[in-house]
Amino acid sequence: MFSVEYQNIFTQVQVRGEPEWGTDDTGTLTEDRAGTPGFSNLLGWLGNAQLGPINLGMAGVVSLASGLLWLNIIGFNMLAQVDWSISEFLRQLFWLSLDPPSPEYGLSIPPLQDGGWYIIASFFLLFSVMAWWYRSWQLAAEQKMGKHIFWAFGAAIWLFLVLGLFRPILMGTWSEAVPYGIFPHLDWTTAFSIRYGNLYYNPFHCLSIVFLYGSVLLFAMHGATILAVTRYGGDRELEQIVDRGTATERAALFWRWTMGFNATMEGIHRWAWWFAVLTPITGGIGILLTGTVVDNWFIWAQEHHFAPMYDGSYGYEAFGTYEAFIGQE
Amino acid sequence: MLPKWFNDWNNKNPVDIFGPAILVGALGGAVLVAAALVSLGQPYATDSLQTGPRGTGMSVPEFVADLSQPDPDIAEIFEDPPIIPEEGEPLAGDVYENVQVLGEVTEANFLRLMSAISLWVAPDEGCAYCHSGADEGNYADDDLYTKVVARRMIQMTQAINETWEGHVNANKQVGVTCFTCHRGEKVPSDIWFKIAPVNMAAEGLSAIQNRATIRSQYTSLPVDALETYLLEYNVIAVHNLESRVSEDLTDPDVPAIQDAERTYALMNYVSNSLGVNCVFCHNSRAFYDGGQVTPQWATASLGIAMVQDLNNTYLVPLRDTYPPERLGPIHADAPKAACKTCHKGYQQPLQGTNVIGDWPELQTTGTPVYEEAVVTD
Repeated sequence: MFSVEYQNIFTQVQVRGEPEWGTDDTGTLTEDRAGTPGFSNLLGWLGNAQLGPINLGMAGVVSLASGLLWLNIIGFNMLAQVDWSISEFLRQLFWLSLDPPSPEYGLSIPPLQDGGWYIIASFFLLFSVMAWWYRSWQLAAEQKMGKHIFWAFGAAIWLFLVLGLFRPILMGTWSEAVPYGIFPHLDWTTAFSIRYGNLYYNPFHCLSIVFLYGSVLLFAMHGATILAVTRYGGDRELEQIVDRGTATERAALFWRWTMGFNATMEGIHRWAWWFAVLTPITGGIGILLTGTVVDNWFIWAQEHHFAPMYDGSYGYEAFGTYEAFIGQE
Repeated sequence: MLPKWFNDWNNKNPVDIFGPAILVGALGGAVLVAAALVSLGQPYATDSLQTGPRGTGMSVPEFVADLSQPDPDIAEIFEDPPIIPEEGEPLAGDVYENVQVLGEVTEANFLRLMSAISLWVAPDEGCAYCHSGADEGNYADDDLYTKVVARRMIQMTQAINETWEGHVNANKQVGVTCFTCHRGEKVPSDIWFKIAPVNMAAEGLSAIQNRATIRSQYTSLPVDALETYLLEYNVIAVHNLESRVSEDLTDPDVPAIQDAERTYALMNYVSNSLGVNCVFCHNSRAFYDGGQVTPQWATASLGIAMVQDLNNTYLVPLRDTYPPERLGPIHADAPKAACKTCHKGYQQPLQGTNVIGDWPELQTTGTPVYEEAVVTD
């Protein structure tokens, strides 16, 4: 049944043959590629069935090593916090945290047990992320690709640096950085919003949400559109950019008739890329302004006629009583 | 296993039964669920109490099933109307020795109150829980710590009803008696002790948070919110009241994100104690703004001041009176009170039942005022 194949939640086509090793124009490139490639049926349902080889490279090794150090510093700090009890470590894992220093230390080097380990761990994380970022440039250069992935990753790194480096420096204390813990980093997020008068009234937070939800919407629209025209060759998106076929015509017509406007096979990917990178870029701007330029976003929003005031007639007398609510009236 | 003719017939007539079976099963299940919902009702139906302007999402939701069940402790409240004193009636202070607080109460009302206290606090032990010589008729001795504590608690109850009327009787006369906290138990439920620090391997703020404890309401927020705000008088608010202020975060008086977490921990405690959400008192778009809070915010603020007073004036000074087993497990501190000690998860303790009506002796630190009961029939 032809139609059913494209209406499945999993990928229906798995190509099997000799494993693809990648191009080797200079005859030396395969030296960096490690691992014997194999095939997995399960992986094939989700993506390419071929697993490996991986081209980790020096930057990748450095990145993984320093990332592992970051993770281990956090893990051993957490273990020390529960007196090296594995069972307590597992039980409290989501509560435990490696916290930044207390505020009184400012930007100086704090004692190890009050944020010192946090600073050391953060240094390794910074190194790890930057090495991975460099790797995304290196791999793209090797393949003679554009650097779009590098710059997109850079947008996420911008938000990461704002949270952990730029804003703490501007605020004058490392205590403003985000703790390394599952629940504690969520506590930080809530408390950050509450402390600075409700982050929802930060216009850059608004923009970030727009781009985040917009990314989700665009991704769903694009994925659905391409799947829907795959039967006409629409999955060959790159060819369709310059050699528009019936798949592109139908997809374009669908959206033009839906909303009067349609992207192109090329343009939709620019939409997606910009929405994705603008999410952390605008978010990072919003975080950077908080506490440095604006201390109470709700009051700021009122001053800029962005948050409406109620007319004052709250009408409490019409709200109903507690006695009525619990059925004692 | 199956007869041959059946297998042969099936082989010759292949039919996809899974598709229709799944379809019928799914549709049938949906019809069943829909019919059950219509006929038996929605088991998780909710009702809500509006707390702010329409369209702002300010309401406190509750399950209808929970609302229909009154607080079971209400059934334990008993009526025992006061005996109107007559001219020349003997006073407790004249009849008995060592009556330090209730000496101005007539003997009849004094005995009425004493037996009520034993029912509220120690129904199994009775008089002997506080009076070691009760069996021999000796009620005067202060040799049991329970009696010394009970005397102070009577004074505290009188002070709550008199001084903190703005909180206790904010909506109507409710009052508090020993039962409001004790509920027939010698030690009230939901008292609290200090547990900070919880993390010996770290110092500073990370030593007092990131642990699932009852003091942090099982969140990873700071565990020292109750002592910071309800024992000491630290500032709960963390907001700046202008859009831009110049301040140095390394100054301990400038609230940091971590202080906001501690405030959040206290607010969690309050909302859990009362079984309400943030918007019972606050407009969550501007938590700090006194111009947008609900009337309950003022009542709750008075409650915070009341708890600070009760802990510092009455409960903490009793520390050396208690035996070690009544003190805190970590710091051997005195048991302390907070919202949940009285509220026990309800918006109003005992759902707003008036418990003080029969007990003028507990309503004032002075001489009780008795009013003639209104005869209705």
